[in-house]
Amino acid sequence: MARAVSTPRKIATTAVAWTIGLLIFFPIYWTILTSFKTEAQAIANPPLFWGFDFTLENYAVVQERSNYMRFLWNSVIIAGGSTLLGILVAVPAAWSMAFVPSRRTKDILLWMLSTKMLPAVGVLYPISLLFVQFGLLDTRIGLILVLMLINLPIIVWMLYTYFKEIPGEILEAARMDGAGLRQEILYVLTPMAIPGIASTVLLNVILAWNEAFWTLNLTAASAAPLTAFIASYSSPEGLFYAKLSAASTMAIAPILILGWFSQKQLVRGLTFGAVK
Amino acid sequence: MSPRTALRATSALALVAFATAAAAQDTTITIATVNNGDMIRMQGYTDLFTEETGIGVEWVTLEENVLRQRVTTDITTNGGQFDIMTIGMYETPIWGANGWLVPLDDLSEEYDVDDILPAMRGGLSHDGTLYAAPFYGESSMVMYRTDLMEQAGLEMPDAPTWQFIRQAAEAMTDPENEVYGICLRGKPGWGEGGAFITVAGNSFGARWFDQDWNAQFDQPEWEEALTFFVELMNDFGPPGYATNGFNENLSLFQQGRCGMWIDATVAASFVTNPADSSVADSVGFALAPNADGVEKRSNWLWAWALAIPAGTQKEDAAKQFIEWATSKDYIELVAENEGWANVPPGARNSLYENPAYQEVPFAAMTLDSINAADPTNPTVDPVPYIGIQFVAIPEFAGIATEVSQEFAEVYAGQQTVEEALANAQALTNDAMEAAGYR
Repeated sequence: MARAVSTPRKIATTAVAWTIGLLIFFPIYWTILTSFKTEAQAIANPPLFWGFDFTLENYAVVQERSNYMRFLWNSVIIAGGSTLLGILVAVPAAWSMAFVPSRRTKDILLWMLSTKMLPAVGVLYPISLLFVQFGLLDTRIGLILVLMLINLPIIVWMLYTYFKEIPGEILEAARMDGAGLRQEILYVLTPMAIPGIASTVLLNVILAWNEAFWTLNLTAASAAPLTAFIASYSSPEGLFYAKLSAASTMAIAPILILGWFSQKQLVRGLTFGAVK
Repeated sequence: MSPRTALRATSALALVAFATAAAAQDTTITIATVNNGDMIRMQGYTDLFTEETGIGVEWVTLEENVLRQRVTTDITTNGGQFDIMTIGMYETPIWGANGWLVPLDDLSEEYDVDDILPAMRGGLSHDGTLYAAPFYGESSMVMYRTDLMEQAGLEMPDAPTWQFIRQAAEAMTDPENEVYGICLRGKPGWGEGGAFITVAGNSFGARWFDQDWNAQFDQPEWEEALTFFVELMNDFGPPGYATNGFNENLSLFQQGRCGMWIDATVAASFVTNPADSSVADSVGFALAPNADGVEKRSNWLWAWALAIPAGTQKEDAAKQFIEWATSKDYIELVAENEGWANVPPGARNSLYENPAYQEVPFAAMTLDSINAADPTNPTVDPVPYIGIQFVAIPEFAGIATEVSQEFAEVYAGQQTVEEALANAQALTNDAMEAAGYR
């Protein structure tokens, strides 16, 4: 039963939640706002919240200078491809860890997570050399592989926690009815875990979309995604904040919209397992 | 024409078209560059180059530090992603010495390599061989508000001393109206605050190393330089200057919040541009200062230059592009379309001999500043290195970034000048020992 909460308290918590939410959203809002200013207004002090001449010029300049669609397409392929590949590898892995654990399963899970603790730059040279060796530099397939590998621990962990929620008896029943391993995973486990898989997919698309170390260091002209697009507008000598903001807004817009539409799934995915 | 002949003719045409497309595809060069105004302008003109030569150009524009990391990785792993790289004066002699760059010793006669400013040519060469062609060059100078100077009843000499700068800063500071006498870089990083404090050190008679590669931060010149800088900025600089770099100061100056700003000469075209700067019509220029009685001034020397990594498959096309982009004709092309104030400065003698360019308000001071900088003899006492605001050894970037962090802690009031210098001395000597210099 839900706890009774007094009205003032409700108002207070709502206000706090809104404040935190707005604080978190403010940088994004500011970026979007700046993208509609002139360069001089972008650096104005005190900052301009309103009363400036709304201009689309920055977007026109960015459109003219960069091939946005090519960067966008690369981002879609790389984020989508790495997530899909990750799921294909992670579902069987999480299945075995959740339903047929061995003595070492917990250690393996922790060890997988520990690979995330190494700063990426630590393996820059080994990965670069491998890429040169296999001709993967500046290819989408190369990036798909790398991003899949770096996100794999998170995918496996998330799926593992979902699968643990599913009673093993159901799978046992399927087996008694004569289902093979493939059928058991494909027709029994997966449909039941669809909400969990969906939120894992979403989170990983976002992580891969925003990944800005490997996507900058392993690409040049042909496979560069939106992170490289944004980076190309940052300048050490010259103030191009309005253009940089326009480029950033264009880069985050697709993922922001995806996030809005799938909010429910995301929240569910991130809080799953907290309540049993 | 029978349908069959028509079909044949069409296929032949298609084949030719395909072959041409394939040929054009073969000669597309990839260029890594930074997002600076002159570079972006050049990207706009590359279609003309492609029309002229049939060579396609792909641009990869990156943030300066990412670019440096990216091209270093590419060169050291032989990645071959780029046919031309935009690099600076720090990298060129080191990479040239390592054999990572294609020597530019067979440029065409009409390119007129002797027209390149000697200081630039010297800084982009190793053992007398040019390894990168300067696209634009810069030094540093004083930019000041002529109106505030007048109000203060002072006149800026062409070659001021630090003592005068201090006096002027004091006279111009007006905290109530948020006007600060002087804005300087404090932001950590070897190319940001590190570069500035190094040249400031030079102008007080300090140096990074003695002839045996011993760090010199325990010498009185460094203490004098750093103390002067910290007091000047604490008294007359903007609050939070420990995190200000080029762009932050540019923004402050354009908003009219700085009386003086000592920084890269390329900033002159920004602060005098009425579209972005609120003080465009009242900016004057002077040589970077020195301490009273010290012969070295605090101006640096830098060039953004185009180089060809060894191992590219398209060396000829790359050379063709470099000759085009750093030529006299390119400068004229930009002047014709966008005016003389917007041409890439600081690379060629002929530009400064051009009467049309001499009318640009900051042209003469830029050239004087570049000529006042000597990367082969940067300090009062002799040093074993080349470079003014940097030391052209591979270890420098790491060491100077750490040292500039120590100094930034002084700017932020977290440690004293003595502590910072002692730490800088220890960490520099340790790093140089580990690298086998001493």
